[in-house]
Amino acid sequence: MPRPARRPGLALGAIALALLGSGAAAADPVGACLITKTDTNPFFVKMREGAAAKARELGIDLDSYAGKVDGDNETQVAAIETCIANGVKGILLTASNTSAIVPAVRQARDAGILVIALDTPLDPIEAADMTFATDNFKAGELIGQWARARLGAEADTARIALLDLDISQPTVGVLRDQGFLQGFGIDIADPKKWGDESDPRIVGHDVTQGNQEGGRRAMENLLATDPSLSLVYTINEPAAAGAFEALKAVGRDGAVTIVSVDGGCPGVENVKAGVIGATSQQYPLLMASKGIEAIAAFARDGTRPEATEGKSFFDTGVTLVTDAPVEGVESISAEEALGLCWG
Amino acid sequence: MSSQAEPTEDFEGIAARAPNRHAAFQPHRKGAMGRAHDLLHATPALVPMIVLIAAVAVFGLVLGGKFFSPFALTLILQQVQIVGVLAAAQSLIVLTAGIDLSVGATAVFCSVIMGKLVFDVGLPAPLAVLAGLIAGTAIGGLNGWLVSRVRLPPFIVTLGMWQIVLAATYLSSGNETIRAQDIEATAPFLQFLGGKLQLGGATLTFGVILMLLLVLVLAYALRSTAWGRHVYAVGDDPEAAALAGVDVHRTLMSVYLLVGLICALAGWVMIGRFGSVSPSATTGVIGNIQSITAVVIGGISLFGGRGSILGAFFGALIVGVFELGLRMAGANPQWTFLLIGALIIGAVAVDQWIRKVSA
Amino acid sequence: MTDPVLSARGLVKRYGRVTALDRCDFDLMPGEILAVIGDNGAGKSTLIKAISGAVIPDAGEIRLEGRPVRFASPIEARQAGIETVYQTLAMSPALSIADNMFMGRELRCSGIMGTLFRRLDRRAMEAFAREKLNDLGLMTIQNIAQPVETLSGGQRQGVAVARAAAFGSRLIILDEPTAALGVKESRRVLDLILDVRARGLPIILISHNMPHVFEVADRIHIHRLGRRLCTIRPADHSMSDAVAFMTGARTPPDVMEAA
Repeated sequence: MPRPARRPGLALGAIALALLGSGAAAADPVGACLITKTDTNPFFVKMREGAAAKARELGIDLDSYAGKVDGDNETQVAAIETCIANGVKGILLTASNTSAIVPAVRQARDAGILVIALDTPLDPIEAADMTFATDNFKAGELIGQWARARLGAEADTARIALLDLDISQPTVGVLRDQGFLQGFGIDIADPKKWGDESDPRIVGHDVTQGNQEGGRRAMENLLATDPSLSLVYTINEPAAAGAFEALKAVGRDGAVTIVSVDGGCPGVENVKAGVIGATSQQYPLLMASKGIEAIAAFARDGTRPEATEGKSFFDTGVTLVTDAPVEGVESISAEEALGLCWG
Repeated sequence: MSSQAEPTEDFEGIAARAPNRHAAFQPHRKGAMGRAHDLLHATPALVPMIVLIAAVAVFGLVLGGKFFSPFALTLILQQVQIVGVLAAAQSLIVLTAGIDLSVGATAVFCSVIMGKLVFDVGLPAPLAVLAGLIAGTAIGGLNGWLVSRVRLPPFIVTLGMWQIVLAATYLSSGNETIRAQDIEATAPFLQFLGGKLQLGGATLTFGVILMLLLVLVLAYALRSTAWGRHVYAVGDDPEAAALAGVDVHRTLMSVYLLVGLICALAGWVMIGRFGSVSPSATTGVIGNIQSITAVVIGGISLFGGRGSILGAFFGALIVGVFELGLRMAGANPQWTFLLIGALIIGAVAVDQWIRKVSA
Repeated sequence: MTDPVLSARGLVKRYGRVTALDRCDFDLMPGEILAVIGDNGAGKSTLIKAISGAVIPDAGEIRLEGRPVRFASPIEARQAGIETVYQTLAMSPALSIADNMFMGRELRCSGIMGTLFRRLDRRAMEAFAREKLNDLGLMTIQNIAQPVETLSGGQRQGVAVARAAAFGSRLIILDEPTAALGVKESRRVLDLILDVRARGLPIILISHNMPHVFEVADRIHIHRLGRRLCTIRPADHSMSDAVAFMTGARTPPDVMEAA
C-alpha cells in the first residue's frame, strides 16, 4: 500500500484512507510539534510556514496544532499531551494562557522534551526551556518614541487612545502597551498591567481581540468618550485598520496618528498608504525556524538554546517601520519592510 | 383498494367474528432490519458503542502501538473528563426534553469561586470546594425554578444564565488566572482530582475515576429507581406523567439541582486537570456545545425521554478518540470538526429512525 | 335502594362569566356502568374533572361512599380509589408496559437495596403487570418490557384500562375510550369494559358514540346546560330519544323528577 500524504487535503472520501498508513516510518525521524494560539491568524500561519520549511530542510517530522480561538488553553493542553504520546523531541509553543499552560509544559519537560515558547513568554518565563520572542516592550517603546518625536510640541497636549488585546491582559498586550507609554514618556505605574496610569493625556483603554471588527468597535467607543483624540495606539495592524475605519467614518482620519505593532504585509502596506503612521515589525518566521534549529541541535547532542545577553529570552529582533522617519529613532521604510514582512 | 370482498354493512358482525382475544399483543416487525430496529429501540447506546469500538480499532490499526498504548488510551479519558462530566449533566436535562447552555459557564464559575474563596477570602480549601458545589447547585436550582415554575423554555433560561454566569465569572475574577504553582503551594486540595493512579503505563486521575463513577451511578439511578423512570416520563410527555401521578415540578427541580451540582464538580475536575483556575477557560464558552455534541452522538433524543447516559459517555469518548487519533496522525484539526459534524447528523438520523415505530 | 358509590350535589364551577357547572347533581351506583353523554360545551368534561380531582368546584359537595371528599389534584382522587383513563391515556410512549402501569407508584425492593439504593423491584412489577393483563384477557404479550409506543391504539387502551382496573379500588372513569379506535379494536375495548364491570368495579363512561353507550351502559346520565337533565335506562329509550334530550329537541317525560 502506498504511503498517503500525512496531511489529508483531498476529497472527502479520502479521509479514511488518509488516516490509514500514516504509521511510523521506517527510521524514526526526530519529531517536533508546533502549537500556536489559532490557525487563522496570518502571524501563526507564517510561523508555521517558517517552521515547516526549516523542518523539511533538517529532516524533522513536524506536526502543527492550534487552539480553536485565542485564549483556548484546553486545546493547547491536549496538543501537548498528544506530542508527549507521539514521543517528540521538542515543542514550539505560542501559549494562549501563559500561566494556565504551565503544568502541561512541566509534564512535557518531565518527559524529556525541549519546550520553547515562541513569541509569548510563559508565566513564569523559566517554565519553558527557552523563549524565542520579539522584545514586545521594546516594540512598543519604538512606536512610543516615534510618536513623541512626530507630534513634537503637541505631544504635551496629545489625546491618546489605547486599543489593547483582551481584558485578560495577556503579557504580550501589556508589554506593547506599557512600552508604548514609556516610550512616549508617560509614567506607567505598574508595568505588569495597563489601565492604572493617571496621565490626563490618556483618553482610555479598550479591547479589540486583535481583529479589525474589535478595533473598529473599540475606536468608536473611545471616540464617543473624547472626539478630540490625536494619537491611537493599537495592539496590532488588523486592530489599527479597524480603528482607521472608525476614524474615517467621523472624518478624523487625517487628524489622528495611528501606531501599531507586528509588521505583517497588509500592515506594512497600510504604513505605505499612510493609514498607520509607524509600526514595529517582528519576525515570526525567524522565531519558528530558529526554534526548529534549536530542537534539531537538542536532538543531536542535548544542547539547549541560550538567551540573548542581558535578557531572559532569545530576542529575534524588532524594527521600526515608517515613511516619516524621526531623528533619534532608527527605522526602515515601508518599501524595505515589504521585503521582510509576513502574512 | 382492497381485494377483500366482505360486505361493509355488517362490519360489527365481522368484528365480532374476529379471533376473540382483546387487544392481543402480537409481534409485528420481522426481518433483519426490524430486529435491528427493535434492538436499537431497546438499547440506544449500542450505536455509539459500535462507533467507539470501530474508531478505536481504526486508529489502533493506523497508528499502531503509539495509539494502542495504555498511555494514549488513558490519555483519552483524561482529555474527555471535563466534557464527560458535563455530558452526564447535559444528558439529564436533555432527557427531560430540555437543553442546558449554561453547563460549561457554571463549571468555570464554580472553579473560580473555589479558587477565589481560598486566595481572596482565606477559606480552607475543602470549605471552598463545598461552597463551589453549593454555588453550582444554586445556579441549577434557579434554572430549574425558572423552567418548572415560571414555565420559561429551558433554551431561553439557560441562554440567559450562560451569559450571566460568564459575566459574573469575569467580573468576580478580573479575569486573572490563579497559577498552578500558587495553588500547589497554598491549597493542594483544590487540585485533588488531578491526583493520579499509575498502573503500568496507564494513568487514571481521580477526575477520570469521578467521571466513571458519576456515569455509572447516574445510569443506575435512571434505570433502576423510580426517580429515573420519572425523569424519562417527564421528558417523554410531561402532561401524561403528571396525570399518571408523577410530581413533574419536583422531578424537574431535582434534575436541575443535580445538574448544577455536577457542573460544579466539573469545575473542580477542571482545577485538577489544568492545575490552575482560569476564568477565561474555553469550557465556559464552548462547554455547552461540546456536551450537547456528546449527548447527541450518544443517541439521546433532543425531544426528551429517550436514550441512555452511557450513550452520552460513549459520545464524549468518540469525540476524544477522534481528536487524539487525528492529532496523533498529524491531520489538520479541521478534519476532526468535519468528522464530528458528520457524526452529529448521522446520530440524529439514526435517532429519527429509531423513533419511527411501524404500527 | 342501595347507596351510591359516588354522589355529587349542587356542583358549581364558573370560568369567568361562563358557568360550566350549574348546581349539578350526579350519582353512580355500585357495580354499574354509567354513561355520561352531552352536547359539546354542556359541561360534562368539567363534571368529570371535578370528580377526578382535575378541577376544584366553586360550590357543592362530592361524597364517596357517603363521606364528603375534596380533591385538590388527580393524585388525591387516585389515592381515594378513583382511577381515570384519560383520552390521551397518560402514558409515556418510550417506557415499557410495566413502567407505565406503575408510573408514580413504583414498587421498591425490600431490604437495603430498596431503602438505601432505592432499587425498583422490577420482577414484582412485571409479574403484577402480567397478572393484571392476564386477568383481563390481554395476554399473549411477548415482552412486558416492550415500550408502549410499539403497541397499537387498542392495545394501549387495554393497558390503560388494565392499569385503572388494577389500582382503582372504588371506581374508574373512562374518557372516550373508543374515540381513536377502529371497529375491531373498539369492540375489544367494549368487551374489556364489561369484563371490568363483571369484577364489581363501577365505571363512569364518557362517550359520544351512541351505539357503544347503549350497548354497555346500565344507566345514562344526560348532561345539558351545566347540569343533569335526566338519567335514563337504555332499555326504556331509543338512541334518537337520547340525542333529542341531549340537544334540547325534546324534554324527557320525567325531567321534573330527576332534576
